[in-house]
Amino acid sequence: MRTSDDVVRVRQQVRQSAVALAFNLVEQTKIVTAASELARNTLDYGGGGEVTIETIENGGQQGLRLTFADHGPGIADIDKALTDGFTTGKGLGIGLGGAKRLSNEFAIESVVGEGTRIVIARWKR
Amino acid sequence: MPVCCLKESRIMAVDRTSLSELIDAYESEILTEWLKLLKQAGGTSGGRIKDAELQIQCRDFLGALREAVSSGGKDVEAAPYARVRELLASMSRSRAFQGFSPGETATFVFSLKQPLFERLRLAHSDDGQAVAEASWSMSLLLDQLGLHTIEVYQRSREEVVTRQQEEIAELSTPVVKLWDGILALPLIGTLDSARTQVVMENLLQAIVDRSAKIAIIDITGVPTVDTLVAQHLLKTIAAARLMGADCIVSGIRPQIAQTMVHLGVDLNVTSKASLSDALKLALHRTGRTVVAIKTPLADVA
Amino acid sequence: MDRIPIIKIGGALLVSVQIDLHDRLAVALEEDLADRIVATGARGVLIDISALEIVDSFMGRMLDTIAAVGRVLDAETVVVGMRPAVAITLVELGLSLTGVKTALNVERGMAMIATSTAEGVDEAAIDDSLDDV
Repeated sequence: MRTSDDVVRVRQQVRQSAVALAFNLVEQTKIVTAASELARNTLDYGGGGEVTIETIENGGQQGLRLTFADHGPGIADIDKALTDGFTTGKGLGIGLGGAKRLSNEFAIESVVGEGTRIVIARWKR
Repeated sequence: MPVCCLKESRIMAVDRTSLSELIDAYESEILTEWLKLLKQAGGTSGGRIKDAELQIQCRDFLGALREAVSSGGKDVEAAPYARVRELLASMSRSRAFQGFSPGETATFVFSLKQPLFERLRLAHSDDGQAVAEASWSMSLLLDQLGLHTIEVYQRSREEVVTRQQEEIAELSTPVVKLWDGILALPLIGTLDSARTQVVMENLLQAIVDRSAKIAIIDITGVPTVDTLVAQHLLKTIAAARLMGADCIVSGIRPQIAQTMVHLGVDLNVTSKASLSDALKLALHRTGRTVVAIKTPLADVA
Repeated sequence: MDRIPIIKIGGALLVSVQIDLHDRLAVALEEDLADRIVATGARGVLIDISALEIVDSFMGRMLDTIAAVGRVLDAETVVVGMRPAVAITLVELGLSLTGVKTALNVERGMAMIATSTAEGVDEAAIDDSLDDV
């Protein structure tokens, strides 16, 4: 993922996967929007990276898991980064926290100087 | 999810030739005994599952178990046991949906122990040590599978409850048209996050379908408004606003008003004590008013 | 490079966002709008997002910015046609877009602008009469 056109591609692919799993419209919108936020972050702050889309299953329940990984500068204070309004750039500062609120599961690892990895998941109701 | 405590104890590689060969050689005996025990232990829950269906489930499971064990793995979370886990999960889910109790469901796995133990005992008849070790490994294995079954069962029950809650939410959040461009949303009962989703979806769709300008949210039927409920209300109001509809909240009881003030909850929206006051305001905002007719219809000859 | 078309309707400008706005397109739109508002003396800007299936915080920021620029240039911005799923997601995201006016569709949006423009005219009349005091 390297340019802002890629953000659009990520949205389209996530949308396709969500449709394939028969998520309802609101759930689709939520996960695609979360993906858009994180993809943009990966691009703007991480200097580009990789996005992985996986279908997951747990005891009969199906879901979608998205991983956003970059080799950028990393996040020094993760808790702070998750608070709304905090931004080191031009953004509104709600990307991370927002993506978390829009997902059922959210996990983040980041090492300063090495990069960041964010995993979100949404289960079908 | 991994079963922590059991995994930490030492599971000897179940003598792969022994257990899987035994299952292979004595499949029909094991099946028969297992089915008998299952029925005794309530595994069919008084006939809710037909014998034929149960036989198929048992046979499939036994076959899958044999394959998995013969691969030599001891970890039920690993790949060789995928088919076993899958079978258990789908069996467990359907039992949960049918209303079986957790015990009735788990007994599917646990009642297999005895027939297997019998075969092991006979196979190693002259070696007490071998019997003990093999039985222990088998037991640990089946215990893990049993726990997996219970976990899936639990999650499935939760799913049933959630689905029922959604149905109740759907049924109890009608959106009513009071006048052109004016909708009323009478909320009955508590507002949790799942219900709020349904409420928002219904309300917003109604705003689109009826081109509403004003939505009156009546909370007479909401027992308490704490900070969580207030958040849900705020979300609903914000979403309606984004669609171009203003909200008026009505039916705030005196105690609710006090609670809200004490909690520092500010809905930031016009509120009226009664639905009729709210309607009057809504009419006014949409440029209308109510006028008495000079000649009441009843008097017209 | 494509630019998003801006149409003049009465005393307002209408922008219909059909595609995903990437950075350069968004900046171009802001510039174009500012230019056209001044050039036409428009009192209102209608942003039609009925074609958008997704509105993320980037788009939200853009809408806020356009509204702010418009306000400085004495034009009122109304965002119209938001889809229900988008509204629900935005609220969950934490974006209430409080600085932006909204309406169900273009027609309602135009009516909104007409009303506030009329009020604005009254204000101007009041100001003028006060000058004589």
